[in-house]
Amino acid sequence: MRYAETGFDLEVDLTRGNIERVATDPRLTRLHLGGLGINARILWDRVPPEVEPFSPENLLIFGAGLLVGTPAVGCNRTIVSTFSPQTRLMAYSIMGGFWAPELKYAGYDRVILRGRAAELVYLWIHNDRVEIRDAAHLQGKGAVETAELIRQELREPKAQVAAIGLAGENRVYFASIEQGRSSASRGGIGAVMGDKRLKAIAVRGTRDVHIARPDIFLELVSEVLQYIEVRRNHPIPGVMPILAGLGSPQEMVVHDEKWHTENFSWGNSRHRRKDFWTEEIEKKWTATLESMRTRLISCHNCPMKCAATISVPGQPTYMMKCFSKLTYTMAAMSDLEFGLRIAQLATEHGVDAFSAPQVMAFALELYEAGILTDQDFPGMPADNEGRFYWLLDRIVRREGIGDVLANGTHWAAREIGRGAEEYAHNNIKKHEQLPLKLGMLNPIYFLMYSTGEKINITQIEGNFPQAPFATREEREAFARDWIHVPDERFKQWFVDWELRGERSIPHYPPVDATCEIVNWQEQMHYIDDSIGMCAGLSSFPLKPPYHIHNLPTLISAGAGFDLDEAGLTQIARRNRTLVRAVNIRRGLRREDEKPPADHWRKRFPELETRLLDEYYRYKGWNADGIPTEESLRELSLDDVADDFLQRGILTAGGEARGEATSAQPPAPGE
Amino acid sequence: MSQKTRTIKTIRIDVDKCNGCRACELICSAFHAVPRYSSNNPERARIRVLYDPLRDIYVPVYAGAYAAAECAGRDRYTIDGKEYAECAFCRASCSSRDIFKEPDSGLPLKCDMCEADPPLAEPMCVQWCLAEALTYEERQEEGAAEPALGEIEIGLEALAARHGWQKLVDTVARLAQKDGTPMDAAKP
Ligand code: SF4
Ligand code: SF4
Ligand code: SF4
Repeated sequence: MRYAETGFDLEVDLTRGNIERVATDPRLTRLHLGGLGINARILWDRVPPEVEPFSPENLLIFGAGLLVGTPAVGCNRTIVSTFSPQTRLMAYSIMGGFWAPELKYAGYDRVILRGRAAELVYLWIHNDRVEIRDAAHLQGKGAVETAELIRQELREPKAQVAAIGLAGENRVYFASIEQGRSSASRGGIGAVMGDKRLKAIAVRGTRDVHIARPDIFLELVSEVLQYIEVRRNHPIPGVMPILAGLGSPQEMVVHDEKWHTENFSWGNSRHRRKDFWTEEIEKKWTATLESMRTRLISCHNCPMKCAATISVPGQPTYMMKCFSKLTYTMAAMSDLEFGLRIAQLATEHGVDAFSAPQVMAFALELYEAGILTDQDFPGMPADNEGRFYWLLDRIVRREGIGDVLANGTHWAAREIGRGAEEYAHNNIKKHEQLPLKLGMLNPIYFLMYSTGEKINITQIEGNFPQAPFATREEREAFARDWIHVPDERFKQWFVDWELRGERSIPHYPPVDATCEIVNWQEQMHYIDDSIGMCAGLSSFPLKPPYHIHNLPTLISAGAGFDLDEAGLTQIARRNRTLVRAVNIRRGLRREDEKPPADHWRKRFPELETRLLDEYYRYKGWNADGIPTEESLRELSLDDVADDFLQRGILTAGGEARGEATSAQPPAPGE
Repeated sequence: MSQKTRTIKTIRIDVDKCNGCRACELICSAFHAVPRYSSNNPERARIRVLYDPLRDIYVPVYAGAYAAAECAGRDRYTIDGKEYAECAFCRASCSSRDIFKEPDSGLPLKCDMCEADPPLAEPMCVQWCLAEALTYEERQEEGAAEPALGEIEIGLEALAARHGWQKLVDTVARLAQKDGTPMDAAKP
């Protein structure tokens, strides 16, 4: 018997219309757990680096995390992996909601799609019955609308549906996959789904998911539930509301948006509005949210209510979560009502709420700068909000300038030329980032931004506070019950961290500590993404209910194999390294690993070089960011090592070819 | 039947507080697994959340008695301008719909208030509903005592209602023979 996992994958060849239920190898679970880890393994094994994102040979994998479907609170993630048309690297966007648990109950751990259907289709999974069905009548329909229509035509109100909208059908590079209250948005995976001519996957399951050691498992999960309740009444003092509680975060609950509106940048990630948040605006925005927010809603088996049902007068109801609440508002220099209105259309079209608003603001900047002209925008309204509606429509239909913009700011700028590249200024690895521009380089964030392959900072940051607290007393108080740290040194680094002076950014935390802090935060995300845990209860907030000390027990009690902290840390490293390897084989190198040039005003090139050098070394990667043969073999990734040697990515004996961008020795004691 | 003081166990359901997380379903199914918590499947839960987020419908419904035949008519409620699905508030496991049936056997499910020895402080679904959409109350009342039916009895009654007692008894006897196990040998 298999525990926690079902032991079966669904392999679907859309070209041939072939569907197979395939038993999986339990050894893979011990090596990679599931979710992201196994997705990466499959992409490494089966998609050679020369495969184009838009090609039948590219795979699109919907993976449920290892513990999804068990009572582990908040464990409900679907990890969607493929190769991104935008970054051309591995994309692994993750969605909450209800889809992955339903897939487990249907008897599968993941759905692996290959090929390309001749006409638009959707997949219907109902336990053992799996069909590819015609979706001609759904062409052009919104993602939310599609889900409703499919549930109706199947007469299955309980089916969970993941669908694309017009943006995905038209292969917009930042198209999302929408699933009711959740979406997998980053990396343009909706475009790959559209390229496969797959409109949706509907799933319904009525099977069991088994637990190996039920008593231990339940005891631990009950403690988690109690802790969540305690934290509800005890927010962390001294941080902004959004960081004080648990959740992913609870943007739909919070009214106080001073922090976001005054610290994040408006427009095309340009303007900081330091005195924006007035009492009058707070009143107006509170009234807007209160009047349009019908209900706060949760994902499967989680009490946190990070999302809400939103009913904007005159428009269909939809569901919203996270920071999509403000991205349109801020890009268009408008107000919350506009943001909630356009987000309804954007959700139906299925676009990423980070990239889409920035692409539109970028287009308008190019227009103001005279790089694009009236000829590029025939019939565009004069007001900013009208322009955003107009642009969104052109982009999702790929009409006129929309066809260029639909490739994201990086590729659009190259195509437009005439200096447009300067305006695509907020990208990492060709992908739009959070609209955030700050003063002083933060060494921790420098490394996370540079080396992250999840493309979104919120998906790698988390358990270590973003900034020091003002006084030592506050920091000591915070550290007192900070049981989550891997060891006591982390507490010391935090307690000693000052806002100003010698022990402040950029030179504190010191380089070696910075490496460990970044590694810890990233590691927690990689664990979550393999077991399907929501970051909002684990790797993202401060002092979460799940951490490195209780997750090994949870996993072993659930899945039935022994695992301790060292073992889990090793698996997280293996998965992290494998994702890197997949991308290295597709050409990722050190030169790609940098934050936007204007992310911080004050930069420290020598320190940055040292940080990267040291971090790569810490990770077991060479100076070009390539995992070394030794570290690959130590992680039982021998096949990866052999492949790298064969391709000349590594040469026997250690050093990589034509790299070593920095050969300076680390400077003594910074 | 004798007059007796009975404990009335009530779960209050506040649909306005429900966030649709379905934790109640999941933990109910786990609690009733054998061994306890060894498997999870909301389809086996004795509570189901009728759920239609775009119309803001959230109704946690508890499995009540088995209904051998469906009602002569159906009901459809509108509350606060929201029209609820047919039979939305009905607790019966009934042939007209697919909820409250064991997915394998089709046998009816019924909420037993998490009967356990020692008894729980509160039913599991209530404990797991941090939204406080479900709250538990107990009170004493004078009334006629009725023997409580065990799970197997409820299942058998349902089967008997469908096929008749004689057929049921014959089938059990035949299956036991086919197994090669004389019925008495099943005793320890
Ligand atoms: S914390 Fe929020 S986003 Fe995460 S599972 Fe719970 S409700 Fe969903
Ligand atoms: S646990 Fe509570 S909030 Fe969640 S679905 Fe059940 S009744 Fe609703
Ligand atoms: S009271 Fe117990 S048996 Fe009844 S629905 Fe709740 S968890 Fe299930």
